[in-house]
Amino acid sequence: MKIVLSFFLITFYTLGIAQDDLLGELEKSEKLTSEFTTATFKGTRLINGQTIETKSKGELEFIFAHRFGKVSDGIYELFGLDQAFVRLGLEYGLTDRLGVGFGRNSVDKTMDGYLRYKLLRQQSGAKSFPVSITGFGNMAVRTSPRKQDADFDITLEDRIAYTSQLLIARKFSSSFSLQLMPTFLHKNTVDGSIETNDQFALGIGGRIKVSRSIALTSEYYYRINVPESNPYYNSLGFGIDIETGGHVFQLVMSNAQGLTERAFLTETTSDFFAGEIHFGFNVTRTFQLKRQERGN
Amino acid sequence: MTIVKLFLIGSLVTSAFLVNAQKYTTVSSSISFFSDAAIEDIKAENTKALSIFNVSTGDVAFSIPIKDFEFEKSLMKEHFNEKYMETEKYPKATFQGKVTGYSSSLTEEQIVTATGKLTIHGVTKDVILSGSLTFSEEKIEAKSSFKIALADYKIKIPQLLWQNIAEEVEVSLNFIYKPI
Repeated sequence: MKIVLSFFLITFYTLGIAQDDLLGELEKSEKLTSEFTTATFKGTRLINGQTIETKSKGELEFIFAHRFGKVSDGIYELFGLDQAFVRLGLEYGLTDRLGVGFGRNSVDKTMDGYLRYKLLRQQSGAKSFPVSITGFGNMAVRTSPRKQDADFDITLEDRIAYTSQLLIARKFSSSFSLQLMPTFLHKNTVDGSIETNDQFALGIGGRIKVSRSIALTSEYYYRINVPESNPYYNSLGFGIDIETGGHVFQLVMSNAQGLTERAFLTETTSDFFAGEIHFGFNVTRTFQLKRQERGN
Repeated sequence: MTIVKLFLIGSLVTSAFLVNAQKYTTVSSSISFFSDAAIEDIKAENTKALSIFNVSTGDVAFSIPIKDFEFEKSLMKEHFNEKYMETEKYPKATFQGKVTGYSSSLTEEQIVTATGKLTIHGVTKDVILSGSLTFSEEKIEAKSSFKIALADYKIKIPQLLWQNIAEEVEVSLNFIYKPI
């Protein structure tokens, strides 16, 4: 009797398992894959500076950025709103990792062109890597003052500055990302009494997502080799990212007014803590020029 | 005691064989969804889903990795995973249930229903899916299409985007099974 009972029990038991655990079996048969981390930041700009993000292949991003005058200028200047500097820019994804861009900023009437490349990508799973690293390099030409307005015989060479940056970021969770930006900047011609041709800076920035579409951001660049006579400030900024479909709105508060690396990294004239804050926004719109190939 | 042990082993082995002989697993799959909205139609396809079907009992399960839905625009894929499906939190959609209304000896297409639990975005609902099964030599093809109301699965759509995404999406499943 016992034997018959246990036979039935066992059979039912095993059949029972077979019925209930089809999902468990599926789980076992799944291969462990590795995943690249996406959307470390919402856009290619954090506040004034760059992020590790590149556009996907075939995506064109139009960036319209604005910085007003100083809030501390008071009501007569409508807290800076009477004055505004603009940068219009385009960035295109040549591949999923390589981007090219150019733009023009009304601060010093500067034109800039740049390349960025995702060298390493954060990934998790079977293969894992803790950070994403993007290399960024740009060249900026300030076209102001004009030759006839300059107080010395200014050449094209004098107008050029170069920036090389490593952007190193980690998305710690879906709501928190942190980025470090070691930066080298070279200006062909400088006023030797206040600055050097080669300048180094270390930036730190991050974002905290507060809802699915809204994130708080911050960015600070610490300049390393600054002569004592240098009158400029380190650039600091805070922002709010708001994402709606193909648009990203970034509302920012920063002591920098320029939007090319040369201007905001090495020539920031406002003191954030004296209330010399510039309101501004970056608005981006992404267009998909080439359709994605379906992954098969 | 030895007799009990023998029975134990015997019954284990037989039931294992019994079960395995009837089980089929996917060799290819395709899941797609389509959202028909005023401004922009959104569609996506996924070929990475897995399924198991036990022909003798009708038990069926499938599992769809959300991150493997491919869209025409890469920004759509990012938003789908980041904002709507919260893929990092809920990486899979799953179904476990029972198919009824078929006979494995017929070769023409048979209309069937599957009753069970569908989990999407961490929310589990009892559902009845209708579809079809086609048995042929060493192969079973299963098809189903159904509508999903986003609100049922707590998938939120931001107000500003209401015109971009329909409140219901049409999902189509296609599995081809072979014996394990």
